[in-house]
Amino acid sequence: MVELQAQSPGAGLLPIVIGDLRLNEVAPERMTSLAPYNGQAEALSEAMQAAHGMAWPVPGRMTGRNGARAMWFGRETALLIGPEPDTGLTAHAALSDQSDAWAVLVLEGPGAADVLARLCPLDLRDHVFKRGHVARTEVAHMAGAIARMGADNWRIMVFRSMAGTLIHEAETAMRRVAARRNSTGEGADIARDLP
Amino acid sequence: MRLVCPVCGERDRREFYYQGAALAQPEGEEWGPHWDDYLHNRDNPAGVTRDMWQHEQGCGAWLIVTRDTVSHTVLRCDLAVGARA
Amino acid sequence: MRVEDKGLIDRDRPVVFHFDGREYQGFAGDTLASALLANDVRMVARSFKYHRPRGVMTAGSEEPNALVTLGLGAAQEPNLRATTVELHEGLWARSQNRWPTLGLDLLAVNDLFAPVLGAGFYYKTFMWPRAFWERIYEPVIRRAAGLGALSGDPAQDRYERAFAHCDLLVIGGGPAGLMAARAAAKAGADVILAEEDTRLGGRLLAESEEVDGVPAVAWVEEIVAELAAMPNVRIMTRMAVTGAYDQGTYGALERLAPEVADRAHAPKGAFWRIVAKRTVLAAGALERPVTFAGNDRPGVMMAGAVRAYLNRWGVVPGRSTVVFGNNDSAHRTAADLQEAGVHVAALVDSRHYARCDLDVAFYPGAQVCGTAGRRGLEAVTIATAKGETRIAAECLAVSGGWNPSVHLACHMGARPVWDADRLAFLPPEGAVPGQRAAGAAAGEFSTRACLESGLAEGLRAASDLGLKVPKMSVPSAGDAAYDIFPLWQVPGKGRAWLDFQNDVTVKDVELAARENFRSVEHMKRYTTQGMAPDQGKNSNVNALAVLADATGRGIPETGTTTFRPPYVPVPIAAMGAGAKGKGFAPERLTTSHAESVARGAPMIEAGLWYRPSYFPRKRERTWRQSCDREVTMVRGSVGICDVSTLGKIDIQGPDAARFLDFVYTNTFSTLREGRVRYGLMLREDGHVMDDGTCARLGEQHYLMTTTTAAAGQVMRHLEFVAQVLRPGWDLRMVSVTEQWAQFAVAGTQARDLLNGLLDEPIDDAGFPFMGCGPVSVGGVAGRLFRISFSGEHAYEIAVPARYGAALFKELVAGAEAMGGGAYGMEALNVLRIEKGFITHAEIHGRVTAHDIGMQGMMSGKKEFIGKPAASRVGLLDPERERLVGLKPVGAVKELLPGAHLFDEGAEAVSANDQGYITSACYSPTLGHVIGQAFLRRGPERIGERVRMVDHLRGSETVCEVTGVVQYDPDGGRLRG
Repeated sequence: MVELQAQSPGAGLLPIVIGDLRLNEVAPERMTSLAPYNGQAEALSEAMQAAHGMAWPVPGRMTGRNGARAMWFGRETALLIGPEPDTGLTAHAALSDQSDAWAVLVLEGPGAADVLARLCPLDLRDHVFKRGHVARTEVAHMAGAIARMGADNWRIMVFRSMAGTLIHEAETAMRRVAARRNSTGEGADIARDLP
Repeated sequence: MRLVCPVCGERDRREFYYQGAALAQPEGEEWGPHWDDYLHNRDNPAGVTRDMWQHEQGCGAWLIVTRDTVSHTVLRCDLAVGARA
Repeated sequence: MRVEDKGLIDRDRPVVFHFDGREYQGFAGDTLASALLANDVRMVARSFKYHRPRGVMTAGSEEPNALVTLGLGAAQEPNLRATTVELHEGLWARSQNRWPTLGLDLLAVNDLFAPVLGAGFYYKTFMWPRAFWERIYEPVIRRAAGLGALSGDPAQDRYERAFAHCDLLVIGGGPAGLMAARAAAKAGADVILAEEDTRLGGRLLAESEEVDGVPAVAWVEEIVAELAAMPNVRIMTRMAVTGAYDQGTYGALERLAPEVADRAHAPKGAFWRIVAKRTVLAAGALERPVTFAGNDRPGVMMAGAVRAYLNRWGVVPGRSTVVFGNNDSAHRTAADLQEAGVHVAALVDSRHYARCDLDVAFYPGAQVCGTAGRRGLEAVTIATAKGETRIAAECLAVSGGWNPSVHLACHMGARPVWDADRLAFLPPEGAVPGQRAAGAAAGEFSTRACLESGLAEGLRAASDLGLKVPKMSVPSAGDAAYDIFPLWQVPGKGRAWLDFQNDVTVKDVELAARENFRSVEHMKRYTTQGMAPDQGKNSNVNALAVLADATGRGIPETGTTTFRPPYVPVPIAAMGAGAKGKGFAPERLTTSHAESVARGAPMIEAGLWYRPSYFPRKRERTWRQSCDREVTMVRGSVGICDVSTLGKIDIQGPDAARFLDFVYTNTFSTLREGRVRYGLMLREDGHVMDDGTCARLGEQHYLMTTTTAAAGQVMRHLEFVAQVLRPGWDLRMVSVTEQWAQFAVAGTQARDLLNGLLDEPIDDAGFPFMGCGPVSVGGVAGRLFRISFSGEHAYEIAVPARYGAALFKELVAGAEAMGGGAYGMEALNVLRIEKGFITHAEIHGRVTAHDIGMQGMMSGKKEFIGKPAASRVGLLDPERERLVGLKPVGAVKELLPGAHLFDEGAEAVSANDQGYITSACYSPTLGHVIGQAFLRRGPERIGERVRMVDHLRGSETVCEVTGVVQYDPDGGRLRG
């Protein structure tokens, strides 16, 4: 029997560390898009609560916790991130495996929001875009999503095929932000580790 | 330019796709002048106009935007679902 | 020259710089202009048209004369205003528009011909012969008249783009801006304070006055420290707000401090898009000149600028100065100069009623009517009631009054409002939603009034934002009333300049009026007044006044030209920042990309995707050799091709089948589970939108594929149908294009190859032609579709994308062991043309189902999108160009896509046009060139001959019309 090796979207390109800023890839997780059928939103939310312990997220928000999270992901759509979806959900919603469709990057470190300000037109100010918020938006001219996991911890998602472009654009922005900030230019040093 | 998506809130114009005038699709399978009006004939008003946009890079919702072509004021931005043109 | 103990420069930090190859020294805190003046460099430029010597005139970004070029090679940046160039170590600046040098400029001869070089000169003179304009006149004129030049090398893209958001944007950090920012910030608003200068303070940095009982500069420092400590305030200096746009969006150009921009990876600048709920326009005011003969000589400067050079930079532009004006600004300049111990030769005030407490030679009711000096001012002539007097002076400080910077209030189409008391245009109220003007920009010309209006507008913005307004008081400051008496031009002989930058004089405007260019917009275009980089900041109001006079109208009736962004020049590189390379077009790479590149495949762009063109092997020297081999390989054994780029849309729900029946012309509700059907989709206007296969995976579950090119458009269209046209239907869709890596396995041995890899072997019964179902590869759950775009027995196998790279390698290795291998886009194209399949080369947006021979796929039994429009008589006309196959029979065995078809013997002109070729290739299977074409009455003409003519490439041949399917028309191989 053949053995197929899995490869992540950013394989060989990450992590990128520039000063205090770090860009890395989230270890691939099961991601399932959930789209409730007409009139099924509430029933779906209850089924999610029962099976996975989180409610259906309102637009722009995430529910659940690390390992079992629901991320709003567009009009009448959410991503179930972590668990294998309970088969009972199919009675209420269209389910579709999206585990491999997205490159999911983590950008962290002080000033990460300054990097994002160079990539996307969203208003990401602390009191506007808080921890647990998510938005579908344009990221460096690509359709994508941005989610805030912590004060200086963000997820950036674009379609898998564009991972290389996102990493390139993010790295450029990280270097520029670091160079503006650090008078010695040390921030511009780059370290590449293997994942 | 910015539009207030009823789902996502206020967003930059670059997240949206512009289609054109918001008109009701005619009923029936017979070709006639009403189809011609729907597909081709446009008023190009100086003033209030209603167009179809999609929040394509955002939530994906189709929107009916009511705006003033002279002052650039966006008067309304409604979900197309349930708001038949 | 420098004045001791004056200025905000750091005298402990000398800076060496070069101008026109000569070394000079200045201090940290200097601009290039202040450092040049400190070194007594008075002539810094030659004028645009007449090559007149010019010197520094202002102290800000409005500077019309002192334009310089910085840097060399690709980094060369022309037309920078010396007044805004920060002095830094290693600065290397050059003057412009002179040859060979600034001092000895041979083109200064233009000045002698000035009497014939007036407005409209080119239009009237270079009329004949017509052909000379492009070849001779224009190049010569362009060389003689001009500004700085670009290097011609590709620009070094060191600008970045960025977005910022705030509750209140304060434009300008002078007294009004500081007060507005502080007031709103104290109320809790999120404030961005944007200042184009290197430091905050605005006009207070340039004056010697007190605010709140302390020197103004100390007061500024105190406020700045307070603002800097507030977390809700973002101070952005070196940030010129360039344009006001819809819904509170502003464009702004940031230039980084030279020492920051010099760091590795640092940008040179940034173009910002700032979104603000409210805006206070506190951009200040610009002093305007008075128009008199010889007013362009180096040494003639704005009175406010002379104060700025003295108070901020400790520089005086001459050993003796004449001050001239029609308002109190002139008096302030005289007072400051005198206080600093600089000789004031005369104070000339055109107001006959003016008084003066200073101990200077005072000439009320007098005017400056002329100047003298070769490369710089040597003497000034003044006209008094008693006659003309000549006074020696190296500097003439002029004030014609102040123009509020109304630009950003007028960017959305409104015109400014004339104020007859202040003799100035004021910002129109409410012209930019959410924006209000404060301070000098609103016509408040005393410091106290600026502080007061800044505070009021800051509080007002906070209140508009729903914030609780704090109690705050206005600091004490000078509040002298603004007194001005009209004086636009001093009558007299000699040329008097309006637009210094474009060399437009009073005579030019008068000539325009005489020749009936009376509208201000016509005058502007005829004379070029206001069209230089300063966009008329120094000249518009004066030119208007002259035009008003010449046409017998008032200034408000004459009106202004349209204000458009940008407020200051913005390099194209800054505006386009982030839109180069990957930023211009993101790269979409398939999972087989690395392996394809490793195999030497040249990658070609298909939309944003990159796909292999062909896979060269040893001893293959041309793409054709590889392509022919790959085609033969598929026809003879088995080939592998990555088809992941095709759009894949997962559609589920009770109404999924009904939905597909509506969006496709043919029926999908009757498709059995585990089967695939080819589908055709029309636009609402009845023309073909896209085609592809659609598989039924379950009773309420379909998987649609689209072409690579139309994937985005189809997704948008389906959402439109689901949300707008049929909103009640119960179905959901999502793109799964990126979830699956999908490979075509095509050829006689396709099944054998798959059976060597699949965990369970397949057979014809389980996977008949157009069948589909789940499979497992090495324990990985995948999908298999028996579909063919090559005409061979073929499959497409899909696995989750993480396994794509591994599966591709396995498939290619397996194929190679069978005498096959990977094939690229070239071979894919040949295979599909041989088989008569279409791509977007054929369904290019203007064709109907009827045109491509698929009228039979338009179901009569149901409604579908495009049905009414497709039934239009004209779209079903048999005379239309319809799809056929072609093969050449003439001497030239070549078919060219884009070439047109004509009847044999007919002249190859458009009236005789019979159609055109859409696709063509060499078919190694058939041994000759084949093509697809749209031909009038095409299907009726099979077997006939037509003539192909390619007018562009100069090729012509005779072709035979064939059926669309030129290889295996019965489809036996597909099912085999």
